Amino acid sequence: MELIFARSRPGRRAYNLPKLDVPAQDCLPDALRRAKPVALPEVTELDAARHFTNLSRLNFGVDSHFYPLGSCTMKYNPKAHEAIARMPGFTTPHPRLLEIPEGSDALQGSLEVLYREERFLSELFGFAETTLQPMAGANGEFTGVMLIAAWCKKHGQTQRNVMLIPDSAHGTNPASAAQAGFICREIKSDAGGNLDLQDLKAKLGPEVAGLMLTCPNTVGMFNHDVKAICDLVHQAGGLCYCDGANANAIVGRVRPGDLGFDVMHVNVHKTFSTPHGGGGPGAGPVCVQEILQPFLPKPRIVQKTDGTFALESNCPDSIGQIAPFLGSFAVLLRSCAYMLTLGREGMRRVSENAVLNANYLRVKLAPFFDQQITRDCMHECVFSATRSKDNGVHALDIAKALIDRGFHPPTIYFPLIIPEALMIEPTETESKETLDAFIAAMQEIASLAASDPQALLQAPISTPVRRLDETGAARHPDLASLGD
Amino acid sequence: MKYYSEDHEWVEVNGEIATIGITKYAAEELGDLTFVELPSVDDSFQAGDILATVESVKAASDVYSPISGVVSEINEVLETEPERVNEDPEGEGWICKFKGLDQEDLDKLMSAEEYEKFLQSL
Repeated sequence: MELIFARSRPGRRAYNLPKLDVPAQDCLPDALRRAKPVALPEVTELDAARHFTNLSRLNFGVDSHFYPLGSCTMKYNPKAHEAIARMPGFTTPHPRLLEIPEGSDALQGSLEVLYREERFLSELFGFAETTLQPMAGANGEFTGVMLIAAWCKKHGQTQRNVMLIPDSAHGTNPASAAQAGFICREIKSDAGGNLDLQDLKAKLGPEVAGLMLTCPNTVGMFNHDVKAICDLVHQAGGLCYCDGANANAIVGRVRPGDLGFDVMHVNVHKTFSTPHGGGGPGAGPVCVQEILQPFLPKPRIVQKTDGTFALESNCPDSIGQIAPFLGSFAVLLRSCAYMLTLGREGMRRVSENAVLNANYLRVKLAPFFDQQITRDCMHECVFSATRSKDNGVHALDIAKALIDRGFHPPTIYFPLIIPEALMIEPTETESKETLDAFIAAMQEIASLAASDPQALLQAPISTPVRRLDETGAARHPDLASLGD
Repeated sequence: MKYYSEDHEWVEVNGEIATIGITKYAAEELGDLTFVELPSVDDSFQAGDILATVESVKAASDVYSPISGVVSEINEVLETEPERVNEDPEGEGWICKFKGLDQEDLDKLMSAEEYEKFLQSL
């Protein structure tokens, strides 16, 4: 598809303003003027409408296709919540209203949404308090480890400068810990993909501030030792951080706070069905036990005795402000609407169906693809494309072949501890018919990998752009600007 | 004499100097490399330290120092041509050279034959 610039013709306009009926004012000094006009496309309104409509038809999204991207929980975003997020009462208040005296009087509804959402999340995950400020999952991780650092400092434990992180963790865990000033120490996984208890014991000590554990873990498994792990870390004087990226598998059923975790972040774009968006606004609420409550980001939203809501900034031990405007409000609003729509019983059915769907795929696909771990999975199942490797068909080729069959590829080459990983997460919203169609496509790809591997190495053949040279793009990035 | 580690690095000793790189097996497993982060000359390493980082379109992976020593030379050409590692991992795709070697470190590594057997056991 051509760029909109290719449709540009000098002088074309989408809309012509009427002639000025007042004298033109020319008040910009020469020094501030552009030497030449900025290079914008000049097109009619119809050209622009067709260009963007056709561009949108090339999208491969959850509204158009099955999107089983493991570790990402690409669940459907119900449209009712979009409508709620666009209600003028929520969208029209000025974002800086909070900064003026009595400004919160005009924002009681918005503050109540946030206040109630904090209580919902604390209850769902078994914690004392929640902050909604962090702007994304990794920002939540950073906030969480900063809370651990503040706790160490307050208790005269500044020698605790090591954060333990399993080798199966998301890369953001060590990045967040390092950003907060910790030295990261890696814990090995055992053959079952779980944290190696012996390795953990060997690496605990008076210098350890905490452990960051993804629960369920990144191979889609629930670690049955999780309580013992938390106990070990606590006995050594450290705190336990739960990465809630995979909370969709346990929401409404298991409360990490009850398992012994001291702090946890959740990704609302995964578990609470807000849009994943091209780097757009996200939210990564952080839940904490009472011991970390004094360090939460400020201001805190409080309910006064008369039932109204206000902001409290007198929090002497707070790590400070993490985000302006109390976080990504419109995103948090969608997730609050999602929780209220489903209710307690609905949240339980989310995790039930997410786990059922993943296990259905795991069992049905088992005859065709290798599995390193064969026990029941949680919300996602992981296969290895090792069987077809000798024929030259890798996980990448299988992923590309799925595109031709109308499915978004699963996550590939993650987690790093599984060779040729294909990580499939169907989520709770997919029907049995969709899952069966996906299974049929995967079966067909597996048999082609044995009989006609060349057919898969060409994939995708049905897309506007064929297979991209990812290596070439990474080695020799060509960052063109249309400006000049 | 050439030695191999369980983390898939090789060491070739020539007099006082050891050349270090990643094995053919590792290069194939990683896929096409897009970036190699090299150590600096005069950096010193203990066996097991992170010596370099290699990035492919799949992932970024650490290269562990198979022995202790001090970097005497780095393969600068990898900074602009990381593909050399894929083309010739145990030749022109070497990563760096060490001086100040310790025979005890080398004794802990595998011979070519032992490494071959190790690969078959994976």
